[in-house]
Amino acid sequence: MLRQILEITVLNIRNLPARFGSSSVVVVGIGGVVGVLVAILAMGKGFESAMSRAGAPDRAIVLRGGSSGELSSFMDTNAMNIVASLPEVTGASGELFLIQDVPKRSNLSPANLAIRGVSEAAFEMHPEVRVVEGRPFEPGKAEMIAGRKAAIEFQGVDLGATMQFRQSAWTVVGFFEADGSAYESEVWVDLATAQSAFRRPGVSSMRVRLESADVVDAVARRVEEDPRLDLELRSEEDYYSEQSEALTALITNFGYAVAAIMAIGAVFAALNTMYTAVSARSVEIATLRALGFSGLPVVVSVVIEAVALAMFGGVIGAAVAYIGFNGWTVSTLAGGSFSQIAFDFAVTTDLLVLGFVWAVTLGVVGGLFPAVRAARLPIVTALRGE
Amino acid sequence: MSSVGLVWSNLFRKKVRTVLTVLSVLVAFVLFTMLRAVAVAFDSGGFGPAGVDRLQVAPKFSIIDPLLVSQMREVERVPGVDAVTHADWFGGVYQDGRNFFPKFPVSPKSYFDIYSEFTIDPEQLEAFQNTRTGAVAPAGLAARFGWQVGDKIPIEGDIYAKKDGSRLWEFDLVGTYLHGDRRDETGGGVFLFHYDYFDEAREFGQGAVGWLIVRVEEPERAAEIASEIDALFENSTNPTRTATEDEAQREFARQQGDIGLMTTGILAAVFFTILLLTGNTMAQSLRERIPELAVLKTFGFTDGRVALLVLAEAVLLCLVGGALGVGLGTATMVAIEPGLQQFLGLIEVTWDVVASAIGIALLLGLVVGSVPALAARRLAIVDALRAR
Amino acid sequence: MAIVELNDIEKSYTKGRETVDVLTGINLDIDEGDYLALMGPSGSGKTTLLNLIGGIDHPSSGSVVVGGESLNAMSARALAKWRSQNVGFIFQFYNLLPVLNARRNVELPLLLTKLSGKQRTKNANTALEIVGLGDRATHKPGELSGGQQQRVAIARAIVADPALLVCDEPTGDLDRDTAEEILELLAILNREHGKTIVMVTHDPKAADHASHVLHLDKGTLTGAPS
Repeated sequence: MLRQILEITVLNIRNLPARFGSSSVVVVGIGGVVGVLVAILAMGKGFESAMSRAGAPDRAIVLRGGSSGELSSFMDTNAMNIVASLPEVTGASGELFLIQDVPKRSNLSPANLAIRGVSEAAFEMHPEVRVVEGRPFEPGKAEMIAGRKAAIEFQGVDLGATMQFRQSAWTVVGFFEADGSAYESEVWVDLATAQSAFRRPGVSSMRVRLESADVVDAVARRVEEDPRLDLELRSEEDYYSEQSEALTALITNFGYAVAAIMAIGAVFAALNTMYTAVSARSVEIATLRALGFSGLPVVVSVVIEAVALAMFGGVIGAAVAYIGFNGWTVSTLAGGSFSQIAFDFAVTTDLLVLGFVWAVTLGVVGGLFPAVRAARLPIVTALRGE
Repeated sequence: MSSVGLVWSNLFRKKVRTVLTVLSVLVAFVLFTMLRAVAVAFDSGGFGPAGVDRLQVAPKFSIIDPLLVSQMREVERVPGVDAVTHADWFGGVYQDGRNFFPKFPVSPKSYFDIYSEFTIDPEQLEAFQNTRTGAVAPAGLAARFGWQVGDKIPIEGDIYAKKDGSRLWEFDLVGTYLHGDRRDETGGGVFLFHYDYFDEAREFGQGAVGWLIVRVEEPERAAEIASEIDALFENSTNPTRTATEDEAQREFARQQGDIGLMTTGILAAVFFTILLLTGNTMAQSLRERIPELAVLKTFGFTDGRVALLVLAEAVLLCLVGGALGVGLGTATMVAIEPGLQQFLGLIEVTWDVVASAIGIALLLGLVVGSVPALAARRLAIVDALRAR
Repeated sequence: MAIVELNDIEKSYTKGRETVDVLTGINLDIDEGDYLALMGPSGSGKTTLLNLIGGIDHPSSGSVVVGGESLNAMSARALAKWRSQNVGFIFQFYNLLPVLNARRNVELPLLLTKLSGKQRTKNANTALEIVGLGDRATHKPGELSGGQQQRVAIARAIVADPALLVCDEPTGDLDRDTAEEILELLAILNREHGKTIVMVTHDPKAADHASHVLHLDKGTLTGAPS
């Protein structure tokens, strides 16, 4: 049986170049599905990863009670000090979070640029933030360092350039990287300078470093129960995954929906091709069966052919998605911070595997019906080629 | 029978093939219809048609900056300005985060005066005006949550707390209003409550509003009036940036990202695939029919006419698939739209989308059919007959 | 009066590096109302000669004049128009369109005329009546026997009322009895409807029905043994 399958399959594959045009339909059709699926999911993955990288397990964020994000949160120095002095807290950084309208480079349309006012403590809190070009800002001066992504997305964020905000002008003195996290979409300035320039006393939020990731819940409860505080503390990881959840789900579902609809079209294409392939060789297949080959090897060999083409298509689609989209930067308005978050498409290994699985599945579906029909067709009917 | 009949009959030569081809073209156009509808919705900011005679006056540097309610008086005095009102973004959560809908504190009379396309029972508007804790909801939204006039609607403030430190805001629903568009069916729209109550009760920010809405007397002078308003506050503590309501919505939409580019990319991939598939099918179908086409030529069908027959077949195939696809895509969109509204606002398959779909189907047919048509045109009768 | 005049016809084509002469020095006049059979072994150039007469192929040199019109000078478009009005083709394998029923197959050449749809249908029915298939008008080719299919093809050839019918082995795919019927039908068209018929065949019995027989060998007419 296995030899029969093998022989017919070899016969089929040898036949492939003669049917180049129609075979390429399967390859391109399924390649298209896989490419689009992988590319869209890579976008969701990229966003999710930019957000999740902003969080560290032993870091927590403190916001005013009920706030949906840093933008709607604020707290005074007194509250800050109370949290900072909690026994499990080993470090604290009060940060002012603002947004300003700055035109994007892509369409010159104003978009919300995130500005974070930070003190020296923030750099200890976020060791992933490293100035890679230029120099850090000097405390007390209207200077800023810009995240790599902010520099890519926004107009005027150039080294040495001055950016005009409300009644204040800031000089870009350096660029920083932060492991590809959402922080790279922000510009950082000196906290005290920002507080006076933007006339904002206090801070928006606080980052605290904890003894260990295990004490988050305990500290959160302590903050919540403290009658002097109207604050909420949660782990940074939870915070960022909450912030990215809805959009990631939307992108992912969108990707699956589009790919599923495309897959229907690709299956039609594959069916078409395989029906044609089968009917073009109906005489051949009928002859084989007359020679004593049973129906099953015919079915299996046709399916194998379809799957082989589909796999080829899947590889091409995934490759195109990888070459074309991996690392491509786009940006969107993130919910909680109401600011632009730029992120890179992340074509990960599991996405490539997923695309490949889709390809094989579509190949099986596209090959099975024509195969069964080929095996069942009475020889006389097969000869008519209808 | 006519030539059209001949083209039509040819589609039934291999039914399975024709059906599969039409189906894959159909799928492409289902995607086209849905993705374009989403992109169009995104482009317009998702809040439906904007008034041509309305301007939006926003803080110049950032939405986090306030405007002052007192600025209204100055705007009112700008020549050509017919009426002014204001609104603000309240944020807030009803029951839980998934029940998202926008909530604005407004001045009842002037707000409904400017949004004159909204309809509200005059008595309910009167009650809204006279009830400090009053609120009105879009009828569709009220239906979505089962609210009745007289209900207390509790909203948890995430930006604004009250002076007593409480974040719970309770509003008395005194009426409902209609937009006069599809938001009424899908439960979209803004929950409106009394600005005076909000301003007095809130912990901080008294006298501030989010943005102003201006109605101009002559829409064609909108741009001019916009610059006059901005000039007015250029050097004040609260400088402004004024744009037509439509442009403001588009600007917001652009912040979401380039959805247009993304959908175009996807559709390009889809149509490239379909082009190849249908092109291959047409070439296949032509190969099978070479002798027949030659026979037609012997009767005196000119080369051009035979080419046209082949081209017409491809175009017909694509148009049938396209039309069915647009139909199915529209039906699907109508079915899933309420679920998407939360993210995308109002989504409608516009006539523009339908027209461009038909145009693209036609183009697809022409491109797909052109290669076999040229081959049919070039076909030498003698060779083709011998090929039998 | 000659309806077809062939003068000094040469026809050759290149196959790879070789030049193959198919027809050499053909001179032939066919009178109006004639029923001519062209015989000869395969490869002798009979079909090529027929194609030249029918205006679907061009000679390498020499002139083809049919019904007083020189085909040499005509553009492809003019030639197509000329064919639609002057020649009916009948093939060995019928060459009917499988997707159309008999009436619609017959109607095809009329799509090139200005006739109304109603008139076209009427003419197609008349042609089918003439070939004795009035009752099979709505059958598709697949539902007809070989002889019936050839009758439909003949109806299609005469529907536009051309003066000249060119037939390439019209009985080549048919059994003896059916072939007889088809030949009889062609004879009737010749006698009663005044059609000039040029028929290529290698069946001597078929040639018997013709009023003249010409033999073709290696591209040269070898005269009329009748």
